[in-house]
Amino acid sequence: MAAELPRPSSAGRTRARHLTGLAARYLLLTVLAIIVIFPLYITIVNSLLTPGQIAARPPKFFPLHPQWDTYSRAWDVGHMSRYLVNSAIVTAFITVGQVVTATLAAYAFAFLEFPFKRTLFVVFLATLMVPFEVTIITNLTTVTSLGWYDSYQGLAVPFLATGFGAFLLRQAFLQVPRDLQDAAELDGYGHWRFMLRVAVPLARPAMAALSVFAFLGAWNQYLWPLLVTKDDRYRTVQIGLKQLRATSIDQVNVTFAGVMIAALPLVILLLFFQKQLVRGLTAGAVKG
Amino acid sequence: MSTIDGGATLGETRSSAVVGVEEPKRPPRSRRRMREIGLAYLLLLPSLVIFGVFIFYPFLRNFYLGFYRTPPFPGLPMRYVGFDQYRDVLTSTDFLDSVKTTVLFMIMTVPAGIALGLGLAVLAHQRLKGIGVYRTIFSSTVATSVAVASVIFGTLFNPVVGLLPWLGVNPRPPILDNPQWALPAVALVTIWQTLGLTFILMSSGLQAIPDEIHEAARVDGAGAGTRFWKITIPLLSPTIFFAVVIGGIFAFQTFGQIDLLTQGGPLKKTNVLTYFVYRTLRTENNDGKAAVLAVALFTITMTLTLVQMRFLERRVHYGR
Repeated sequence: MAAELPRPSSAGRTRARHLTGLAARYLLLTVLAIIVIFPLYITIVNSLLTPGQIAARPPKFFPLHPQWDTYSRAWDVGHMSRYLVNSAIVTAFITVGQVVTATLAAYAFAFLEFPFKRTLFVVFLATLMVPFEVTIITNLTTVTSLGWYDSYQGLAVPFLATGFGAFLLRQAFLQVPRDLQDAAELDGYGHWRFMLRVAVPLARPAMAALSVFAFLGAWNQYLWPLLVTKDDRYRTVQIGLKQLRATSIDQVNVTFAGVMIAALPLVILLLFFQKQLVRGLTAGAVKG
Repeated sequence: MSTIDGGATLGETRSSAVVGVEEPKRPPRSRRRMREIGLAYLLLLPSLVIFGVFIFYPFLRNFYLGFYRTPPFPGLPMRYVGFDQYRDVLTSTDFLDSVKTTVLFMIMTVPAGIALGLGLAVLAHQRLKGIGVYRTIFSSTVATSVAVASVIFGTLFNPVVGLLPWLGVNPRPPILDNPQWALPAVALVTIWQTLGLTFILMSSGLQAIPDEIHEAARVDGAGAGTRFWKITIPLLSPTIFFAVVIGGIFAFQTFGQIDLLTQGGPLKKTNVLTYFVYRTLRTENNDGKAAVLAVALFTITMTLTLVQMRFLERRVHYGR
């Protein structure tokens, strides 16, 4: 809301009222911001205190003598380094997989003609209606019988394709101007070359959005990793937190440090890819 | 790749057509078609394999598994019981309570979550110096996962080291062991964890509303309240509708918070449906019963979504 020009006659009073209003707005925003950020703030503070200080009443809201070694304890003794690497591997596997399979499928739906195209597209959309939670019973059996219990494959393979991704990229491919297709034909481009040199680069915003979306989903997974891993060597960071909390029950500070370590990759993602993140998260929402 | 590349080329027909009328050199139309069709199926294949093995097959197998009772000891054969197991499970108190808990959880999280997200989005949708900082803070909880949020709040709720008891919120038994407070506490964690996402959704919805409409209404003398209810809400209704539908689906998929904070207790008061499926599968090793529960989970989610689309979407204002 832009500041309105004060009328010269009552300039002083209008200005004063304007300033009060402005101060009130900032006050309200600040109070709300403090409430929203408080749980994260206190996590950082507690990760730098000793367990005794955390239990002290009244509580400490600022670490005067930050205990940085809490982080190295969570990292080494709490196995957070291992969990983080596992999460990174599985997340990378899933993100790349989803982008690749969605690109291929979306290309077929956008640029090729083939029998049962509509039916197959409906099949892709139908996958969106089956919540993953509904499939865990047989998926657990399948993964176990493939020998994939406690493995990266078991964690990642069921998620290597998404109807959502194919749908999103198809929308983007349909925006590719017809002229470009004709020009590419004139230059003797085959479908693969057209896909990689023209369609994919033009759909970059949608691909970035899908990547961020896939990354977020994969990184935050909880139920499936809990089901298909028992071994610490394959546990992801989300399940690792549960483990860490259980093993450091008398050292809340280490748990808090682990929480920060687990959250950091997404904080970085949020700070540097805010635009793509917003686009990925809102891709389905805008208009009907 | 090169073989396929050489196969269904976009170009070969066109380039020859440009050079002249060398029609005979063009591969027969049907062969070109066949190549395109083959390529299309090849491109769809990876996705279809994953969908088939990890979505459609397990989904359909639930219905089948529901007809068989899992033996009490592994190794014994499964026994065909027809619809008996469906009837037993779906009429059991545990199941009905679980559905009630899940619906209650949805009612606690969805409207409040959307109202808060929308409120923050409207407040942050002002041209003020430094507003970017506030926007980042309000969206900050997207950087948390369910596990991160649960572990943070689990400690905040802790009766010994937690801050909430220190602030005077200290019921007996402690919040997460309290049949009355456990579910609202988990709902609070969920609202906080999803607040960033809701805020981002609502903010981008607000940004899509052209400023001129607000300007015009202001010139016509509409106050802030009128503009909010007569312009913002109707124009934002597709976004709100989306948030309601997705929120409902999320509520029925709630799992991590429960596993980390209450394990379905106390007195099964937080035994939401997805957690019930997990427990039946993991602790009871009862695939048959878990399959019936999964079928119910699917049916309820689906019905809820369809009902919402039917009754809410009519009130949604699309387009311009």
